Amino acid sequence: MAPVSAPEGPRLDIRDLSIGFGQKIIQQGLNFQVAAGSIFAIMGASGCGKSTLLKALNGLLPPLSGAILVQGEDYWAADEDRRALIDRGFGVLFQNGALWSSMTVAENVALPLIMLSRLDRASIKALAAVKLSLVGLEGAGRAMPAALSGGMVKRAGLARALALDPAILMLDEPSAGLDPIAGRRLDDLILELRDGFGMTIVMVSHDLASLLAICDDGVFLDADSRTAIAHGAPRRLRDECDHPLVHAFMHRERPPIDDGAEPGASGAGPGADHVPR
Amino acid sequence: MRPVPPLTLSRSAEAGHGWTVAVEGDTARVVLTGDWVARTDGVDLAAARQILASRVGALTFDARGLGHWDSALIAFLLRLRDAAGDGGVAFDEGGLPQAARRLLGLAPRAAAKASAPPGPPLLDRVGLWAIDAAAEAREGAALIGNLVLRGGMAMRGGAAVRASDIIEAMFDAGAAALPIVITVNLLVGGILAFIGATELRQFGAGLYVANLVGVGMVREMAALMTAIIMAGRTGGAYAADLAAMEGAEEIDALRAIGIPVFDYLILPRVAALTAMMPLLYLFGCAVGILGGLCVGAATLHITATAFFVQARGALSGVEFGLGLAKSLSFGALIAILSCRVGLRAGRSAAAVGQAATSAVVASIVGVIALDAMFDLCADVLGV
Repeated sequence: MAPVSAPEGPRLDIRDLSIGFGQKIIQQGLNFQVAAGSIFAIMGASGCGKSTLLKALNGLLPPLSGAILVQGEDYWAADEDRRALIDRGFGVLFQNGALWSSMTVAENVALPLIMLSRLDRASIKALAAVKLSLVGLEGAGRAMPAALSGGMVKRAGLARALALDPAILMLDEPSAGLDPIAGRRLDDLILELRDGFGMTIVMVSHDLASLLAICDDGVFLDADSRTAIAHGAPRRLRDECDHPLVHAFMHRERPPIDDGAEPGASGAGPGADHVPR
Repeated sequence: MRPVPPLTLSRSAEAGHGWTVAVEGDTARVVLTGDWVARTDGVDLAAARQILASRVGALTFDARGLGHWDSALIAFLLRLRDAAGDGGVAFDEGGLPQAARRLLGLAPRAAAKASAPPGPPLLDRVGLWAIDAAAEAREGAALIGNLVLRGGMAMRGGAAVRASDIIEAMFDAGAAALPIVITVNLLVGGILAFIGATELRQFGAGLYVANLVGVGMVREMAALMTAIIMAGRTGGAYAADLAAMEGAEEIDALRAIGIPVFDYLILPRVAALTAMMPLLYLFGCAVGILGGLCVGAATLHITATAFFVQARGALSGVEFGLGLAKSLSFGALIAILSCRVGLRAGRSAAAVGQAATSAVVASIVGVIALDAMFDLCADVLGV
């Protein structure tokens, strides 16, 4: 009696992934798995490539090398039609909402269903209304995106990301730009939606409060060594990881001047302390 | 328990999901079965009405046969809960999966019925429209006043206008626009000559094509056609630029650090287009007459010398003065209207397109109306 269930195994399996633009490598040698039903955090300082990694995971940026397995299937080895089909299992919330400004909020939520399903208009309208009410925007369907506050834009973007009932929800800085109370409410909503629909959530964030409150697992990227320097739940990284950069990030401290510590030092290397949940 | 035959079975065969209702005393037990997948099954909009048709006092659920589900089930349950609430029927979520109960908890009751409040009555709308129109007229007048004041200041070196901005804007509104202005005016001159040749030949007055083309281009068509081209090309671009800057808060950034928006953004554009339009007009006249000559020579075998002598006889300084005055006014009108439209655009991507469209439409209508006023005045003054 669970929501739409997943096949066995991880939802996302990242193998030796390198990402970047042309000759410029942003991150390399990434290996991690995102377990079904978990909330997985992509952490790191600004500019380390978190959003670029999310773009590679949701199919917007081809990797330089390596593989991204979506429910066991190599995404970038699949042909374009197959990739488009896999894409329908993704819901993406962009950092600034990226709502289509020429449409009302309800039309924004309905468009994925209009374009990618064969449902009748009445069903689509009803489903869009449900998604909006789940994120607490039941009265705002007729509003234009320009008329919404920052928190409402995030919620509307979340409702649109939920439009096709995705198996994997990807959130780019969901609480960025929100006050602590609105950020906390959004965190609670994300948790409720995960528990309700049983989705897997991958989330880019550097909001410590949000990371510690809701994420079960994660990966910490470093801009200098251009790879992951720690794996595990944010709470565990805060309490146990003694990599200087991770420690500084998790405790809001000034980073060490010489942070040339070996990647993987003190058991923080890829896979070394991978703690699902 | 008194088992009753199923009232309805919602698209069970092909959709893979279904519900049946068993009534026991005052309670209806809704039995949910199969997979509920929104993308393929949609929402059964009539279900709530059918289930509540049995006129019971309470609804309970049996979800033991439920397979995979997503928002299709939540949509079904929310509609049922709202309908039950309206009919005073108790809605017992106890038999539903925990996850579904959490999602129902997120959505407030009667969510589906939330609607926008009705708009203001007609009289209020007319009043609001009039107030808006008056405010717009005031702001337009303020813009023109500002333009005169700041333009005067700029000429005395007292405004924060950069020469490089003006030169860049002049290149864009002048040299860069020249190819299309030449092409269109050449064709318009040719078209005038064709029309004239067809009619005038009947009276043996073919040579008067030179008068028609000369006076037509210089008094009217060169200024008008150039203005219409520039309204579409440059006016639209001004409005779109400013609207995009407004949307990206770039104009707020200028204001916030105290850079006068008017001097920095509006004045160079208005000055450039106003200054370049008369030059484009003169080019338009020259190539229009050339176009007329080509057609005249080809269809009526008029020599170049005869054509120019005839045209020169028909033209005087007054014609050129009128054309130059028109082109100057058209340039200023297009630039002011387009900048005004761009500055008052909304802050979205769609607003950029709307601003460009409005600027082009307003500029073209404005140019034609102003042209008519010029011609009326010229007629009254006898020039």
